[in-house]
Amino acid sequence: MSIDKIWVLAEVADGKTVTASLELISHATTLAGTVEAVAFGDATAAVAATLGEYGATKVHDVGDLGGALPGVPVASAIAAAVASGAGPDAILFPATYDGRDVAGRLSAKIDRPVLTNVVGLAEDGGALVTQHAIFGGTQIASARFTGEGPGLFVVRAKSFPAESRGGGPAEVVAAPAPDAGSTNAARIVARHVEERTGPKLDEADVVVSGGRGLGEKDQYAMIEELAALLHGAPGASRAIVDAGWVPYAYQVGQTGKTVKPTVYLACGISGATQHLVGMKNAKNIVAINKDQDAPIFTVADLGIVGDVHKVVPKLIEALKTRG
Amino acid sequence: MNVVVCVKQIPDPAAPPALDPGTNNLSRTGKLILDESDSYGVEMALQLVDAAGSGEVTLVSMAPNGETSGLRTALAMGAARAILVSDDALSGSDALGTAKVLAAAIKRAEPDLVLAATESSDGYTGTTPVQIAELLGLPSVTFAKKVEVTGDSVSVERQTEAGYDEVQCPLPAVVTVTAGVVEPRYPSFKGIMAAKSKPVDTLTVADLGIDAGQVGAAGARQEITGVSAAEERGSGEIVVDEGDAHERIIQFLEQLKVL
Ligand SMILES: Cc1cc2nc3c(=O)[nH]c(=O)nc-3n(C[C@H](O)[C@H](O)[C@H](O)COP(=O)(O)OP(=O)(O)OC[C@H]3O[C@@H](n4cnc5c(N)ncnc54)[C@H](O)[C@@H]3O)c2cc1C
Ligand SMILES: Cc1cc2nc3c(=O)[nH]c(=O)nc-3n(C[C@H](O)[C@H](O)[C@H](O)COP(=O)(O)OP(=O)(O)OC[C@H]3O[C@@H](n4cnc5c(N)ncnc54)[C@H](O)[C@@H]3O)c2cc1C
Repeated sequence: MSIDKIWVLAEVADGKTVTASLELISHATTLAGTVEAVAFGDATAAVAATLGEYGATKVHDVGDLGGALPGVPVASAIAAAVASGAGPDAILFPATYDGRDVAGRLSAKIDRPVLTNVVGLAEDGGALVTQHAIFGGTQIASARFTGEGPGLFVVRAKSFPAESRGGGPAEVVAAPAPDAGSTNAARIVARHVEERTGPKLDEADVVVSGGRGLGEKDQYAMIEELAALLHGAPGASRAIVDAGWVPYAYQVGQTGKTVKPTVYLACGISGATQHLVGMKNAKNIVAINKDQDAPIFTVADLGIVGDVHKVVPKLIEALKTRG
Repeated sequence: MNVVVCVKQIPDPAAPPALDPGTNNLSRTGKLILDESDSYGVEMALQLVDAAGSGEVTLVSMAPNGETSGLRTALAMGAARAILVSDDALSGSDALGTAKVLAAAIKRAEPDLVLAATESSDGYTGTTPVQIAELLGLPSVTFAKKVEVTGDSVSVERQTEAGYDEVQCPLPAVVTVTAGVVEPRYPSFKGIMAAKSKPVDTLTVADLGIDAGQVGAAGARQEITGVSAAEERGSGEIVVDEGDAHERIIQFLEQLKVL
């Protein structure tokens, strides 16, 4: 068996391909001779140039979903291609809300297992071998499929760099979804967009995260202010997401996002293994915690033993005076 | 309205996890507990049945050694009964194998709605519920942060990258809920006592009419080939704040050319 062709689910948001998909496309070019994308929505033609630039020669366009959640129709379209023999050897999905849905649906449709939470993917003897960060990232498990392909892989963001391959625009081919009947009955009736400014959490060069050490919800405002002053994105531990201080989209860690910024600033976060797994690959880590034994200090390049309510406001003042 | 809640019984997350060196499966020797992630589904189901004015909550779980400790916790919260699938043949199942077993068990309860967590605390593949939905031929809505049932449809606020979507879906359907969606109740003393006599149907793979070669290690078409220690990240400089630690942070950021 060898890996000749890989498909990557290319998610598009606000008219642009999400970075996690571009990471997978450019990495896939190092594993297989042919890399193609699968996209859905009404903006596929607009992103064909970008998909091509990162290494996809073709994009299978499922088209507009008419308000359906992507899981069923996109999986049906891919399953049809697999059944016709035109499918790839492996399909990579970004670990996003919709990516995981499509992978799960497809898995059951074509009766193939899925390897999820993948953080590394390499070719070994004609097969793909995955890496998974387990036990809070203290150990790395390697795994592979033993059965018939295509192999389905759900890969966490930031596992690979998104690198331009200098390719020309991808050729757009229609791949409409066959009728999936009543399984495809869920409809989006309204979308709510929470206003946010500044870079996205998983793309920001600087991430400033707050945890339970902030004491109360209102104190999170200083995390947002500090993030804005550093042109970064605010993040959070699960403790304060579960407490309802900030939306889930802010969460960093095992059940949240993986971030790899130049600087990660953890304020009032203890450093539980499930948090560390999402941020310990940041290039630099600064932690502020009043407990000198807090586990976050074991990964910090600069650890400040102090009160966030004293250190952070002074930091904000000092940054403001610098202008 | 009848609701099935998938509840996973897992090793206590507070205890350090370990892999069985022989099989590289998660070791599940000690007592198992109700996965906290599923306590939200249980609470949500109880509230929905309450609001509907009729029906009951059935728990469905797959776990080794006839384990019921986690189920008893959820029964004590108020679920009416449980279906447990326990069979040595299931050891080493992957998520798709698990979904095949759970789907067959769920079918028996003929639910109007199936609830699960978006992902479990120990395996956290997050694919099992959608695989179950596909196997049952049902629509699904994942990442629910609010769930309401009106007549024969469910409306869900589904978490998105940018905020949330309002999703409408006819029943029966599978919905996965996020942590914090509702406040799980603590079992009362009365609930704990009542739970002891609530029915738990224990089934084997054969009872479900599933071919043992489809599930467990035999059906898992993936293998762990090795486990190694991750690169450790050392700690750096520690500064005790004497009122000027912010200056050290600024210096550090300047060195990195972030400022
Ligand atoms: C299955 C599972 C998945 C999980 N996934 C995630 C995840 O994705 N992300 C995540 O973050 N967590 C996750 N968790 C939760 C994780 O285990 C921790 O409970 C959580 O990260 C703790 O958040 P925290 O550090 O904000 O709170 P705490 O652990 O309560 O820490 C607060 C810290 O603030 C410090 N502090 C208090 N006051 C001050 C002050 N005035 N100044 C400075 N410091 C102060 C304290 O010393 C303490 O270290 C998960 C847990 C489980 C079981
Ligand atoms: C570290 C680790 C990594 C793994 N990686 C993979 C992988 O990449 N691919 C793979 O196929 N398997 C993998 N597995 C195995 C997988 O965890 C098991 O097959 C498990 O039975 C189902 O998956 P989950 O716990 O990840 O479920 P998830 O899909 O995360 O579970 C979501 C929800 O489904 C319900 N549910 C799941 N399992 C049960 C159950 N037994 N009883 C009742 N309800 C349940 C619960 O509501 C649960 O919260 C991994 C296991 C471990 C420990």
